[in-house]
Amino acid sequence: MSNIVIDSDKCKACYLCVKECPKNLIKISNKTNNLGNKVVEFCDPNKECLGCAMCATRCPDLAITEVYKG
Amino acid sequence: MATQVFKIPETLRKNAKYTFCPGCDHGVAIRLVAEVLDELGLKDKAILAASIGCSVTSYDFLNVDALEAPHGRALAEATGIKRALPDKFVFTYQGDGDFASIGLAESMHAALRGENLSAICINNTTYGMTGGQLGPTTLMGQVTTTSPSGRNAEYYGYPIKIAEHIALCDGTAFSARVSLDSVPNIRKAKQAIKKAFEVQIKGLGFGFVEILSSCPTNWRMTPDKAHERVRTEMIEVFKPGIYKDITTEIEG
Amino acid sequence: MTECLTNKKVLIKGNYAIAKAAVLAGCQCYFGYPITPQSEIGEFMSGKMQELGRAYVSAESELAAINMTLGACSTGVKAMSSSSSCAVALMQEALSYATADELPVVLVSVMRGGPGLGNIYPSQGDYFQSTKGGGNGDYKLIVLAPSTVQECVDLTYKAFYLAHKYKNPTVLLADGLLGQMMEPVEFKPYPYPEIDNSAWALSGAKGRDGRVIRSYAPLADNQCEFLKKLYAKYKTIEENETEWEENGVEDADIVLVSFGSTSRNVRTAAKLCREKGLKVGIFRPITLFPFPSKRLQEISTKIKKFVVVEVNMGQMVQDVRLAVNGNVHVEQINKGVGAPPSPEEIAARIEELV
Repeated sequence: MSNIVIDSDKCKACYLCVKECPKNLIKISNKTNNLGNKVVEFCDPNKECLGCAMCATRCPDLAITEVYKG
Repeated sequence: MATQVFKIPETLRKNAKYTFCPGCDHGVAIRLVAEVLDELGLKDKAILAASIGCSVTSYDFLNVDALEAPHGRALAEATGIKRALPDKFVFTYQGDGDFASIGLAESMHAALRGENLSAICINNTTYGMTGGQLGPTTLMGQVTTTSPSGRNAEYYGYPIKIAEHIALCDGTAFSARVSLDSVPNIRKAKQAIKKAFEVQIKGLGFGFVEILSSCPTNWRMTPDKAHERVRTEMIEVFKPGIYKDITTEIEG
Repeated sequence: MTECLTNKKVLIKGNYAIAKAAVLAGCQCYFGYPITPQSEIGEFMSGKMQELGRAYVSAESELAAINMTLGACSTGVKAMSSSSSCAVALMQEALSYATADELPVVLVSVMRGGPGLGNIYPSQGDYFQSTKGGGNGDYKLIVLAPSTVQECVDLTYKAFYLAHKYKNPTVLLADGLLGQMMEPVEFKPYPYPEIDNSAWALSGAKGRDGRVIRSYAPLADNQCEFLKKLYAKYKTIEENETEWEENGVEDADIVLVSFGSTSRNVRTAAKLCREKGLKVGIFRPITLFPFPSKRLQEISTKIKKFVVVEVNMGQMVQDVRLAVNGNVHVEQINKGVGAPPSPEEIAARIEELV
């Protein structure tokens, strides 16, 4: 089962990953991190993640720390 | 059973937190460098000659030995390191101002001498750290804080095409221009960095990659719009491609 | 290279002597760009370093040459550059970085006439350049001033030793006269212990985190702490390494102060004065930083007058005045550029001053 891990503390709210996800599984949340940024969150209730790692490849801030494909 | 297809590269410092602006492509470029160092097993023998500008903090993130060079002198310092320790892997990480303006002589001559060095140059068409002034790669018509009515030839002259110039040097083994505007291009960029590193390992000469990057803050754009600018305006002038690769020439 | 080692004296030009001494000291890398009157150093190095499998780079500029030297020094090896006045001016930024980075850079500076392009005649016009620095920020270079070709050899050895011992850029401050003159010289083996640089030198981060040699200190407090540490080091250098030569000072009324090649004629001038019954002694700082201020201060309480003789418009004289702090009058004999004033000229001026 594919999955990603987000380290919210590193998110700078550029939201490039939101646009990048081919399945629109990354959303802007209401949570704010210690940098004051409204961070993204991964929501995949229907297990649609492809494990393509496009989000992590695009993320300029190492906030997406792990991607699993399976 | 899921397999891990992405992880933070080992060659980045533990819990590295970039200090770049939101959406800045330096973060991607440094990660790619770290991934390539990982894949080529170079972490233990790599020495970085760091530069001045936004690129200066590269040593805060890359977990390799590093020497901070004065502005423009990274390839001179890298030359000194490599001549002292020829068995080490020595590379620079520079911006376009550092590499192609104040440091153009050092950059060109390192290539002309065929130094076994690898150089990465971020081209974002502006001096980022000082707040977005006109630099050596600023595009015609581009508005910056020191070209308030846009770059024009009469007043400011023309931008430099770095990868093409470096390719003209006889000591260059590999020279390419890549872009970070899209995920496929990011993956291509990594391959180019790998090639520029491999030519050093093989002792073939100077390896160079110019990386087209966005600077959302100084361009006054959202990160997404900034990538669109790279795609539409920058790539138009600074064409991505491999300008020299003596390994293909050797292999035919 | 052992063919250079000899118990017999050999007749050799100053520039070649410096280059040979550097090779004998174990210099692994030389980076340079030609400029008169020191080009023989690079010429000698280009052949010898290649022959020995060491590094020589004909750099594209003095900026590149000194920065290559910083690069090599960051790996802990002995490395050097050499240049002259208007081109040493180009190196000031890197020397400031080298002090901040605490790198053991050795620079041979063979002074010529200035300011600007000036000329290729000998000069001492770069006393300020080397002791006060043209780079930015608070820093000191260790500066050694030879007065003979033999001292060019001995102090080149010492420059490598002190640079590595204190992790501080060190300048051998010669001039066109010393660089171009020939004198009999003995090349003894490098007399100093080798310094272990493994705790800080760049070598690839094997089994450890990457170490960074940097000067960028974004936080003001950190920089204050660093400067305190740096100046504590300079104090240690002052305590341990201050070197000078003095002669006939004990009973002197007048003490002539000079450095480098000028002190050769000053020495003879003092003899001429003594022959005329004048009580004249000589004082020659060998280290220009650390400057022998303390000793000059002691002497100032016992004599009537210092006379500072320099081939510049009056540079070291300022340090002498600071050292004696008004205790005694300090006169000057200056010649802007060229060979030092002759012993007779100096002696005649002393007679006038008495």
